[in-house]
Amino acid sequence: MPELDLVLAIAIATLGAGTPLLLAALGELVSEKSGVLNLGVEGMMLMGAAVGFAVAAESGHFAFATLCGVLAGAALALVFGFLVLTCRANQVAAGLALTIFGIGASALVGAGYTSRSLPAREAAGASFVADLPVVGPLLGSLEALTWLSLACFAAIAWFLYRSRPGLVLRAVGDAPDSAHAVGYPVIAIRYLAVLFGGAMAGLGGVFLSVYYTPTWVENMTAGRGWIAVALVVFASWRPAWVLAGAYLFGGVTIVQFHLQGVILASQIFSMLPYLATIAVLVAISRRGEAARRLAPASLGIPFHPER
Amino acid sequence: MRFAAPLAAAAASVLFGSALFVFLGLEPLAVLRTFFLSPFRDLYSIGELSLKVAPLALCAVGLAVGFRANVWNIGAEGQLVLGAMAGGGFALAFPDAQGAWLLPAMFVAGALGGMAWAALPAFLKVRFNTNEILTTLMLTYVAGLLLSYMVYGPWRAESGYGWPESEPLQAAARLPRLLDGTRLNPGILLALAVAGAGWLFVARSFIAYRMEVGGMAAGAARYAGFGRGGMVWVGLLAGGACAGLAGVVEVAGTIGKLRETISPGYGFAAIIVAFLGRLHPGGILLASLLMGIFYVGGEAAKVSLGLPTAIIGVFQGMLLFFLLMSDLAVSWRLRWRARRDPVAGA
Repeated sequence: MPELDLVLAIAIATLGAGTPLLLAALGELVSEKSGVLNLGVEGMMLMGAAVGFAVAAESGHFAFATLCGVLAGAALALVFGFLVLTCRANQVAAGLALTIFGIGASALVGAGYTSRSLPAREAAGASFVADLPVVGPLLGSLEALTWLSLACFAAIAWFLYRSRPGLVLRAVGDAPDSAHAVGYPVIAIRYLAVLFGGAMAGLGGVFLSVYYTPTWVENMTAGRGWIAVALVVFASWRPAWVLAGAYLFGGVTIVQFHLQGVILASQIFSMLPYLATIAVLVAISRRGEAARRLAPASLGIPFHPER
Repeated sequence: MRFAAPLAAAAASVLFGSALFVFLGLEPLAVLRTFFLSPFRDLYSIGELSLKVAPLALCAVGLAVGFRANVWNIGAEGQLVLGAMAGGGFALAFPDAQGAWLLPAMFVAGALGGMAWAALPAFLKVRFNTNEILTTLMLTYVAGLLLSYMVYGPWRAESGYGWPESEPLQAAARLPRLLDGTRLNPGILLALAVAGAGWLFVARSFIAYRMEVGGMAAGAARYAGFGRGGMVWVGLLAGGACAGLAGVVEVAGTIGKLRETISPGYGFAAIIVAFLGRLHPGGILLASLLMGIFYVGGEAAKVSLGLPTAIIGVFQGMLLFFLLMSDLAVSWRLRWRARRDPVAGA
C-alpha cells in the first residue's frame, strides 16, 4: 500500500518537525501559567542547540550533550528570572534582551562548529516499536526525544490540571496576592517555572541541532522560539492545543519542504510558517474577550510581596 | 539620575566583557583598546562609525515613539529591509533616471515601504488585538525571504558573476560622499534631522503627550478619552517610516545595490539603543554612538584579533540586561536586611 506508506511518512516527518516546537512551547506554557511571559525562548533554544552540538561534537556522548543543552537553556532562564523576578524588570524588554544575548552567545559558542559533523550514533527509537507490523519501521525511526516530548505533554497536562502543585502554580499565575496570602512562595515558584521553561527550550534546541538536522548553523532555529511563544497564545494556554498547534506547524514545515522547488521559488514557501503564525494569531484574537479570559490573569505583571 | 542607569549599564557591560575576553584567552586591555579606540583612529574610521550610527539612530528614534506608548514594534529589521527594497527597487525601475528628484523619491518610497510593513501589524492590533510583538517579528522573517527571492530572481544582475545581487544603482541614485578619503555620507545628517523632528514631536505635540499617558497609565488615558487605536497606528507607522529611511540610507549610501543582507541587525540593535537612550531622541543619539562603536570596534577586533563578530551580539544583550538591572538600583532604594526580601520600599 504505497499511499498508506506516504501518509505515514508525512505523519512521521510531521512528528519530527513538530518536536522542537512542542518542547519549547510546553516549557513556555508552564512559565506563562505561573504569570511570567518569557520572550527569550528563541535565545534559549539557540543556546541549547549550540552547547548541545559543541558537547556532542567534542565528546561523542549524546545523552551528556543533551543534558548540557538543557542546562544551557536553564542557565539563560536563570538570568532572565533574576531580571524579572528579583529585579522586577519589564518582562518584554528582558525577554528581548535574552533573545539578543542568546543569538550572540550561541554564535560565539558555535563559531568553530559550523562545518563540523557529529560522530555516528546508534539507531534511534524504541526497538519493540520497530517490530510492529506496517507502522513499525516508520515509528521505529522516531527519535527518543520525540517520544519524550509526548511524555512531557502528558505529564504537564496532568500536572497542571490534576495535581496539587499544578493548582498552586496556576494560582500563582492567576492570583499571586492570594497565593502569597495563603503562604505560598510566589517568587520561588515562578523561578522554578521559568527554569523549567528554559530547560525545555534548551531541549528543543538540542533536538534541532544534535538529532534532527544534525548540524550547527548560526541562528538555525529561524524563529521557532518565537513560533513556540505564538503557539501558547494560539492554544489559549491549554496543553492539548499546544500539542495540536506544534504538529500543525510541523506539518506546515514539512509541506513547505516538499513543495520547495516543485513550483515557485523556495523563498516563497519558506514564508509559510511565519505567515501561518500570523494567520493563527489573528484567528485566535478574533475571538476577543473569550480567548483573553483564558490567559493567566497576572501574565507579565511583576509581583510585589509587600503590597 | 535618569541617565545614571545607562552609564552604569555600559560600564558593567565593559567589565563583564573583559571577563569574557580573559575567558577566551585574550588580553582584555588590548581588546578594549581595539574596541573603543579604533573607531576614532583616523578620519576614515570616524566615517565608518557614522555609517553605523545613522541607521541605528534612525530606527531607534522611530521605535521610541511606539515604545513610549507601550506599542512593541520589534520588527524594525524587517521594515528596514522593506524600505531598502522599495527605495532601491524604485531606482532599479527607472535605470535611466538622472535627475536630482530621484534620491528624494527613493527616500519617500523607502519610508512608505517601511510604513506598509508596519501597517499590517497595526491594522491587526487595532482591529483584532493581535499581539504586535509576534506579528512584527514574523513579518521580519518574511521580509528577509522576500528580499532573498527578489535578488535571486527578478533583480539578479547578469553582471554579478552569479552573486545574488542587483545591478549597481546609477550615480543619481547614490548618496554623495561628504569627505574625501572616507565613506561618510549624508545619512548621518538625515539621522540628526529625524532625531530633531522626533524631539519636537515628543516635546511639543499633543499626540505624543497622549501616547505617553497611554504608555504610563492606560486607564487614565482611557478615562481622558485618548483612543488606543490612534496610538497603535502612530507608534507603528513612525517606527516603520524611520526604519524604511534607514534602509534607503544603506542601499543608496553604504551598499549601492540590493543584495541578500542589507543590515547586520540594525533593527534589533535599535531596540536596545532606544531603551539605552531612555526613549529620548537626544539620549538615542548618544546610545547609537555607543552601539556604533561596538559595531566598528567589533569588526576591527575581528580583523586584528580574530574575535568572532558574534561578540557584538553578546555585548548588545549584556547592555540591555545591565540597563534593566541598574534601572532597579536607580528607581528603588536598596535596603539590605537579614530576613526579608532584599528589595523593599519604593
